[in-house]
Amino acid sequence: MTDKQPIVVMKGITIEFPGVKALDGVNLRLFPGEVHALMGENGAGKSTMIKALTGVYKIDAGSITVDGKPTQLNGTLDAQNAGIATVYQEVNLCTNLSIGENVMLGHEKRGPFGIDWKKTHAEARKHLAKMGLDHLNPRAPLSSISIAMQQLVAIARAMVIDAKVLILDEPTSSLDANEVQDLFAIMRKVRDSGVAILFVSHFLDQIYEITDRLTILRNGQFIKEVMTKETPRDELIGMMIGKSAAELSQIGAKKARREIKPGEKPVVTIKQLGRKGQIEPTNQDVYAGEVVGFAGLLGSGRTELGRLMFGADKPDHGEYMLNGKKVNIDSPYVALKNGIAYSTENRRDEGIVADLTVRQNMLIALQAIRGMFNPIPKKEADEIVDKYMKELNVRPPDPNKLIKNLSGGNQQKVLIARWLAIQPKLLILDEPTRGIDIGAKAEIQQKVLELAAEGMGVVFISSELEEVVRLSDTITVLKDHKKIADIVNDDTVSQATIVETIANSGKEA
Amino acid sequence: MAAAEKKDDKNNVVAKLLGNNLTWSVVALIALIIICTIVDHQFLNLSWNDNTGGLAGPLITMLQESARYLMIATGMTLVISTAGIDLSVGSVMAVAGATAMQLLTNGTNVWVAILVALAIGLVIGSVNGVLVSILGLQPFITTLIMMLAGRGIAKVITSGENTDASQVAGGEPLRWMANGFILGIPANFVIALVIVIAVGLVSRKTAMGMMIESVGINQEASRMTGINPRKILFLVYAISGVLAAIAGLFATASVMRVDVVKTGQDLEMYAILAVVIGGTSLLGGKFSLAGSALGAVIIAMIRKTIITLGVDSAATPAFFAAVVIIICVMQAPKVHNLSAELKRKRALKDSQKAVAA
Repeated sequence: MTDKQPIVVMKGITIEFPGVKALDGVNLRLFPGEVHALMGENGAGKSTMIKALTGVYKIDAGSITVDGKPTQLNGTLDAQNAGIATVYQEVNLCTNLSIGENVMLGHEKRGPFGIDWKKTHAEARKHLAKMGLDHLNPRAPLSSISIAMQQLVAIARAMVIDAKVLILDEPTSSLDANEVQDLFAIMRKVRDSGVAILFVSHFLDQIYEITDRLTILRNGQFIKEVMTKETPRDELIGMMIGKSAAELSQIGAKKARREIKPGEKPVVTIKQLGRKGQIEPTNQDVYAGEVVGFAGLLGSGRTELGRLMFGADKPDHGEYMLNGKKVNIDSPYVALKNGIAYSTENRRDEGIVADLTVRQNMLIALQAIRGMFNPIPKKEADEIVDKYMKELNVRPPDPNKLIKNLSGGNQQKVLIARWLAIQPKLLILDEPTRGIDIGAKAEIQQKVLELAAEGMGVVFISSELEEVVRLSDTITVLKDHKKIADIVNDDTVSQATIVETIANSGKEA
Repeated sequence: MAAAEKKDDKNNVVAKLLGNNLTWSVVALIALIIICTIVDHQFLNLSWNDNTGGLAGPLITMLQESARYLMIATGMTLVISTAGIDLSVGSVMAVAGATAMQLLTNGTNVWVAILVALAIGLVIGSVNGVLVSILGLQPFITTLIMMLAGRGIAKVITSGENTDASQVAGGEPLRWMANGFILGIPANFVIALVIVIAVGLVSRKTAMGMMIESVGINQEASRMTGINPRKILFLVYAISGVLAAIAGLFATASVMRVDVVKTGQDLEMYAILAVVIGGTSLLGGKFSLAGSALGAVIIAMIRKTIITLGVDSAATPAFFAAVVIIICVMQAPKVHNLSAELKRKRALKDSQKAVAA
């Protein structure tokens, strides 16, 4: 293994943004036939490093050598020509084109009368087959297959250019376990054909399953390059966050259950609240200081129920009671006015306002409920921003940066601050920890527990059963747009309990 | 050490200035003035005209003309910031002008005529607003239709005539608005400037500006924060309508005559150009009213330059376009990075040579 020559050597890579060094002298070597993971917290510089390698960002210092030749990557086309292919976190294919058209986009076969679609689709089929995707019909529209399959198609597309390097930036963040295995099968095929794969994922299990070599970054600096097999997990986490793993494990224990006293009134009660095609009429109570977990698979209706409780979608059925009083929550504005906040799972499209600053993003909801012409006094605004920047440990600690320049985890923290600023009675968090690193994840989970302890009602929606079980007092299980169970989360409940509940309900029906 | 730091600071300031759109707008404005002065040595001359009670000279007439551009560019800035566009401003000018002139000739009190003209601007803007915000029609189509309809409305108001109110008594306040002076400075320019500053203060001192930008950047995310994007969209089109009506009054009152075809013709394009020169992206989001105001003055200055240089009337659109393109090129960040880029390329070539050797 040591006699192998690396295909890509990045040495002393430095990238500066106005005011910050995003990368400071980082090294990375990619070897053919190896899966290499870039490890680090959010904001460690993983994405920046990838963007340097794909030509999106220009490097301010350092060198990139591909196949022994010093190379300047001035754009994504340069990177492609150098044999570097990328599949991004969010699949960027054209859903309105066919699978084959997507695979061959820009490499269509030509005939005497322009593009020969027959040949093109045949070629697409060949490329798909190489990935073990022969069951896909190249002429079917891309939108007809699942997001997970689309991701695999994206890899097939990337390999059309005979890439020497394949970059996979968090390909697994929205996949379920089976889909991840499909992906890994393809990754192994690609790897065995001698391609160097650069892989980014926040799931440690996946890292240990698929990767051979790790490069660890922290705060834009190069920490170490190690072999996966020779590195125990706690050591890896320690290097990533610069803290001992023991410090982290403190919150690993299951939360002590908050008992509901007899006669206690819930903050929020919904009765038969529903919306056709999204969620069937549902009853739910949330008490002050209680964490209610919504568990269920993707498409089970967990997000739809959360949105309904926030008025993001209008219910066509049922009642909404707030502290025992009937209210009509039919828009986010009304919900926020009544102290109900919802943090979306779709951070990019429905969460951040990308070109506004961190400060504006934090204050915007409070401002909206106060009214456009009733500006928050500067002193109060400063206090709120200052408080949450510290409390949630937002990095970089500069509220005047544009939020789009922050890492995913820090964007998430700013969004949580936005909702906390209105001092909600009920906070609905939809996948607040998805796609963010261990450090930020632990901080957010900790914050959820603190908020509940202070008396806030919390709805915690997550596809990770582990965190639902650990944080919730009560677990609402959903399946096929329907609530199927309320589980009182005592010591006997584990992830297995929820999985069984979901599986068994299917059998009964 | 300290000296080096100081130099660094200086470089930073220079870099910031070069990267700023406003800087290049100012440079362009000064360049145009210099060109005009070279051709016409009297260009910068200012004299006092006792008849009008104000300053006179080429620059003054330029400012007088810029007032109408200032108005429509301000409204256009807010609309464009929401990722929309208002193509109807030129026609609204004609409608408002026609209304005022027609009412005056019919013997209506001049103040009533002004108010009705502004109200009609508000109504047309509001119709745009309702169509875009509540019905969700595309701003381009909606305001394009209003642009065509507006000319028709203007003709209906004047029964197809180019109504002339110059002989009608009682129109003095309107006449003064377009041709008068405040402390020696053209009244319409002063009024326009006051309105621009007022809109700027209201948008930045309240949350209006941020909310407009927020809706322009991401409408759905804005809705989820409790903002009502419909209200915001309605508001910007309504404001744009009123400001266009004021521009229409400026344009017609200077001769006290409306030309239902020519009043405000092509001016929606001028407004869009002023906004672009000012650095507000047509994709929506962050806006700069100061930038647009400067852009509006530059538009007036380009027109003045055309007259001063005696550019052939057939060639004026081409000349106009060329100047705008040059300004936009000067502002492009890619152009600013050109020298750094070349340096890097040379360094890479050297290193490749070194490896080869």
